[in-house]
Amino acid sequence: MEVAMTVNGREVSADVEPRTLLVHFLRDELRLTGTHVGCETGYCGACTVHVDGKTVKSCTMFAVQADGAAVTTIEGIASDGDLHPVQEGFWERHGLQCGFCTPGMIMSSIALLEENDNPSEDEIRHGIDGNLCRCTGYHNIVRAVEYAGAKLRGEQPPPPDWEGGE
Amino acid sequence: MATTSVMGGSVRRREDPALIQGHGLYVDDLHPTGLLHIAFLRSPVARAKITNLDTAAAKATDGVVAVYTHDDVAHLGPLVAQVPIGKLRPLLAAGEVNHVGEAVAMVVAVDRYTAQDAADAIVVDYDTLPAIIDLKEAASDVQKVHDELDSNILHTWTYHGYWEALGLEDQTPEVDAAMERDDAVVVSLEMVNQRLIPVAIEPRSVVAEYNPGYSQFTVHSSTQVPHALGGAIATTFGMVAADVRVIAPEVGGGFGSKLNVYNDEILTAFAAKALGRPVKWTETRREASGSTIHGRGWIGTATLVGTADGEFLGYKLHALADMGAYSQNFTVAIPLLGLWIASGQYKMPVSWTVDCVVTNTMTADAYRGAGRPEAIYYLERIIDAYAREIGMDPFEVRKKNFWQPEEFPAVMGCGFALDSGDYPANVDKLMEKVDYPSLLKMRDDARTQGRYVGIGVGSYVEVCGFGPAILAEIGFSWSAYGLPASFNGSGLVRVNPDATVTVVIGTGPSGQGHETTWAQLVGDGLGIPVENIRVLHGDTREHPMGIGTFGSRSIAVDGTATYEATLKIKEKAAKIAAHLLEASAEDIVFENGGAHVKGSPAPRVEWEAIAKAAYQAHTSPEDVDSGLEAHTSFSPANATWPFGSHVAVVEVDPDTGNVDLLRYVGVDDCGNEINPMIVNGQIHGGIAQGVGQALFEGAVYDESGNLLTGSLLDYPLPTASDLPSFELDRTVTPTDVNPLGVKGVGEAGTIGTAHTIVNAVVDALSPLGVKHIDMPLKPRRVWEAIQEARG
Repeated sequence: MEVAMTVNGREVSADVEPRTLLVHFLRDELRLTGTHVGCETGYCGACTVHVDGKTVKSCTMFAVQADGAAVTTIEGIASDGDLHPVQEGFWERHGLQCGFCTPGMIMSSIALLEENDNPSEDEIRHGIDGNLCRCTGYHNIVRAVEYAGAKLRGEQPPPPDWEGGE
Repeated sequence: MATTSVMGGSVRRREDPALIQGHGLYVDDLHPTGLLHIAFLRSPVARAKITNLDTAAAKATDGVVAVYTHDDVAHLGPLVAQVPIGKLRPLLAAGEVNHVGEAVAMVVAVDRYTAQDAADAIVVDYDTLPAIIDLKEAASDVQKVHDELDSNILHTWTYHGYWEALGLEDQTPEVDAAMERDDAVVVSLEMVNQRLIPVAIEPRSVVAEYNPGYSQFTVHSSTQVPHALGGAIATTFGMVAADVRVIAPEVGGGFGSKLNVYNDEILTAFAAKALGRPVKWTETRREASGSTIHGRGWIGTATLVGTADGEFLGYKLHALADMGAYSQNFTVAIPLLGLWIASGQYKMPVSWTVDCVVTNTMTADAYRGAGRPEAIYYLERIIDAYAREIGMDPFEVRKKNFWQPEEFPAVMGCGFALDSGDYPANVDKLMEKVDYPSLLKMRDDARTQGRYVGIGVGSYVEVCGFGPAILAEIGFSWSAYGLPASFNGSGLVRVNPDATVTVVIGTGPSGQGHETTWAQLVGDGLGIPVENIRVLHGDTREHPMGIGTFGSRSIAVDGTATYEATLKIKEKAAKIAAHLLEASAEDIVFENGGAHVKGSPAPRVEWEAIAKAAYQAHTSPEDVDSGLEAHTSFSPANATWPFGSHVAVVEVDPDTGNVDLLRYVGVDDCGNEINPMIVNGQIHGGIAQGVGQALFEGAVYDESGNLLTGSLLDYPLPTASDLPSFELDRTVTPTDVNPLGVKGVGEAGTIGTAHTIVNAVVDALSPLGVKHIDMPLKPRRVWEAIQEARG
């Protein structure tokens, strides 16, 4: 089937099997390999992308269902070489270790902060609990989102909580 | 600004820019031209003879290139195990299957969808046999799992007899005699330390290519041990290791699950060679759950004997440890890692026996902590029960029995010596951090309001930094894969002609931040900015030797080797600087990115000038070889023994059995730290996995051997909303096992946590008389314990 969509601002089209998952279309067809597959059941969230501004786990959507949509992946988040505040937060607050869940975690965190740029710790934890991380225990991911929220509000982010500070 | 003095600094990670922008390269991201894809047909039954295997329909499927079964690969197998006790895994099922998820056939096709369709078209007739799943039933030998083995008990580890050469004394009579004392308090509990699935979020993946012209393999694999895999492939195919290049690019978590060499890695290489095209296999989550190694899986009875005033007189454990159906890597040796810390931080005689039992389940091997969380769980749970029995504070009972600071190195009954420690100071810092008296008051106030709040105290010591060369004698080496027979560290450091530095290490990260830590280590040693240092890892072509990342060994062993390489380079650089400055090498000091004569800051030579001179015969001293690099190997005399104590605060809802983790506080001691930010991160993740075991996770096979927890829906990992922020602090007791004074921290959090949580829940329910609940403490199990206690 012919499928056409806008991905990271670029129009793309291809002939795909109807059963092709959106995540495989992105990874195998477009070679946008920043979106990862961790579980194929929509549970881990490593494949999270934005479809028409909403977070979608792209292993639970067929490519043909995204026909005509605007899709944003992790590769489309930084603009002109400048990191998005959420990306910056993950770097500044050690919000990642192996990095495999990170693209999905960043996509969910961006969506969370777009809805609420000053979330409480509890709101952050519930906002990202559709994304699994096995490395960080989420502690520094929460700090990363707090950092990004402060940046987006034009405030000074809270200092890091590890020994010796920055 | 250039960063030079960085040891102990929380330098931001160099790994991160690629990873946060989606540019990190993991194995499944590779797409070489002409790539073919593998799907495995896996057994849906736990134990059966295969009476018919018909691949005709699969072979006839459009897009299928080949279908392989046991007969095609029998000449290559079975999979080599490092500790070959038990039955070794055939590469593909050899006329029988022994666990659900065992690979029966391999399909290679033009894309992954077609490969899976064709695998589904293979017809297999299974003549099923009764599966042996229950550990006690298996250990009873009423029915054997493998006809050719004498017993389902593959091996028995005892505290005194695990290594006859040590000539250790059996302390069992001493423990037994203590139990007979009139003043003895004996507390005993049977406890389960349940089987777990490691669940790295990146599924394992392999891409293999074979060039028949050069007779060389290039294999990308999501592995913690590329050199071991390279050795295994070379051994299997009768090649020299230099013709097998294994690359582990970004590895998306490992936790021990990627420390094995797997049959699928060998088979993917086989297919690439047989078909002359690149071939990829990426496991599905269901395969990751059922066909990548599991960990833990013990059932045992722990007994502590002590006096009524809290003095430990002895400790006894008899446990059965589930090995699964096939022995793969270290499998049977894993409980041994627990044996070495059987006595924890305490001075007492120990009688410890673990039977390694074969069952019709997936292989158990090293999952984060590997034997050590199990050992510490039994010990620390029974200490908690004993303290409760005699009505003594859990901190006080621990402090009363700790090895004291002046007793280090403390030689334990297992023959090893704890290297360094100040256990009382560590506990005091924790008690102060949590303000223990006010914490107790908070709990007691809550109880008067009818709330079930509990405080759990847990301590741990671990053995890591593998390791001492002598361990190779009991199987901890890669010699079965043709590599040198000990776990030496190695570091290769080269100052390039432009004064940048290339560091090649034999251990690679799966999230631990080696690139940053090693840049700090070398940058600090040489006085060269970390920005000018490149750390290479995970490519067997770059480095002749690599042991890999496991057992919290990287910094203590390979880090030390790298540090010593920088010392060698400085020694040589001093000669070159002296030549350029027309001075004596003994008088050269390095400072601010260059060298000068001691006491005379000018004239000076910058690293750039030294490096250039090193690579040109006419500018370097005659008696100094060209180039500026050093390779150093480090063989520690002892393992390292980090330790710590943790506190958990929980509230249990008596109506639902739900456990709410309110606070988690840890004071850990891993010796000196190179990057406290990274150390914190390692402890955070370790704690989360310990909480996962305590509250949520468990690999469950039904009595027929079906894995009931094969997806992340059935195997719940902790989510962000399940956990609080963690409160961490440290004491710092450097080790003298290595010159850096570092001990390692990758597994500490996990080893310290599960018992701390369970101790807290039992404390919360102690007013009802609850003494123990087996993990995972899911609401139903807790609710049932409450109902039972209430009668």
